[in-house]
Amino acid sequence: MSEAVRAQFPIFARTSRGEPLVYLDSGATTQKPQVVIDAEMAFYEGWNANIHRGVYEFSERATLAYDGTRATVARFLGGVHEDEIVFTTGTTGSTNLVAQSFLRPKVGPGTWVLVTEMEHHANIVPWQLAGAALRAIPVTDEGELDLEAAGKLLADGPALLAVTHVSNVLGTINPIAQLTSMARAHGVPVLVDGAQAVGHFPVDLTALGADFYCFSAHKLFAPTGVGVLWARRELLAAMPPYQGGGDMIDRVSFERSTFASGPQRFEAGTPNIAGVIGMDAAIQWVLTEDRAAWQAEDERLLAMGREMLGAIPGVKLLATPTHSVGVMTFTMTGAHPHDIASILDSRGICIRAGHHCTQPLHARFGVPATARASFGPYTTEADVRALGKGLEKVRELFR
Amino acid sequence: MAGMDEMYQTLIIEHDRSPRNFKRLEAPTHHAEGRNPLCGDEVSLDLTLDAEGRIAEVGFQGQGCAVSRASSSMMTTAIKGKTVPEALELFDQFHAMLTGQPGERDALGKLVAFQGLSVYPMRVKCATMVWHTLKEALKQE
Repeated sequence: MSEAVRAQFPIFARTSRGEPLVYLDSGATTQKPQVVIDAEMAFYEGWNANIHRGVYEFSERATLAYDGTRATVARFLGGVHEDEIVFTTGTTGSTNLVAQSFLRPKVGPGTWVLVTEMEHHANIVPWQLAGAALRAIPVTDEGELDLEAAGKLLADGPALLAVTHVSNVLGTINPIAQLTSMARAHGVPVLVDGAQAVGHFPVDLTALGADFYCFSAHKLFAPTGVGVLWARRELLAAMPPYQGGGDMIDRVSFERSTFASGPQRFEAGTPNIAGVIGMDAAIQWVLTEDRAAWQAEDERLLAMGREMLGAIPGVKLLATPTHSVGVMTFTMTGAHPHDIASILDSRGICIRAGHHCTQPLHARFGVPATARASFGPYTTEADVRALGKGLEKVRELFR
Repeated sequence: MAGMDEMYQTLIIEHDRSPRNFKRLEAPTHHAEGRNPLCGDEVSLDLTLDAEGRIAEVGFQGQGCAVSRASSSMMTTAIKGKTVPEALELFDQFHAMLTGQPGERDALGKLVAFQGLSVYPMRVKCATMVWHTLKEALKQE
């Protein structure tokens, strides 16, 4: 099944370090299918023009394609309103927008945001920059959120709950619907970081109960530099713009300016038009794929990978949460993660080493750095076996 | 690629496991600390220069990847007994080798074992970090 998906990604015809490419870093960025590469190229080759300005053919076409992508994204997220879709530079751009435009005006003495120990720095630092203090829902040894503690913390009155849908390190799929219903009982708005979720399974925002949802297009088979912020209409309408410039205004004079209504208010300047068009193509492609089969294969490969790594002496998975996407983060006794990654790299195997932008989570597990292998829908059994074989070699070298 | 395995096999792992001069000096004349955020490598370097300006004693402490520890260990043995200009010339040759620059390699000796790293630019810093720390330490008068 992965083979049929894989065939649509031209990069897998390439080698790395002279070896067949074994790409196990989809948590950092996914590869791009031919349809996405074609869509971006077709725009630049055939009808490149700026949006919202020209009345000529190409500009109209670019404008329709760019704004039309809101409807594609809205459908992809379970049928939300298209005027709730803001295009950003990525998940980081989305969390920063909410931090500056939604949170900052409310910040006073004692304002705090509830995060979790498993958050990516992009869901930690923006709240600090907005002037809020932070408290965190603990992560259990199994790599899951401590929901009892979450309930107590929510009762303490945070200004916002900012939680990841899927951990980029542990792979944990968090019980978002449960968390949003707990938060609602205390009147706490909820932002969900969906960066690691959207590429793995369908997300239905009409059922999730969140108030903000963020993701990056490049983790969804689309180009880098584009992302989405979905925000409830009434929340978005009350948020002031946080960057000024062209494209986001209603009227401008030296005395005062008024701003566009709707999502455009948050999209100052010429955006990444080609990237948005690429994202449209990526989502259209994902929607034609059998994602239930993707998820089943992801789970099968994860079970296989966990077993394989568990059999290598000295290899220790950080945690093995029950509900997880295909991510394995581990350490090996005596071998630094960067040495592991380099030895695998020399065999064409791409993994990530370091703290993966989650220093608090690494502190929680008492390790400075880890190695991480993460899957995509094009990941095969052969990839997982290559990782196992590569790690046996690392073990041999460091024995 | 076999180069990487060989590099680890021949030198790095031995020096990673039993690093030479892994100690703090009692009364160093020169000291500096270095950090490589990529791997989280940290090194603390102590030097004692004698009356003729030779590196009489050297010790390092720290943690990090095998490349950085092995490079630190091998640097300490390579610079011991050398004058400051000799040690700096050694760094120039080492750096040129790792960044693929032409130039003399005659002084390098065992340090040529790191040559394979030159095709892994992200890891070159792991090997040169301790040398930059040495340069920092020697700036002190």
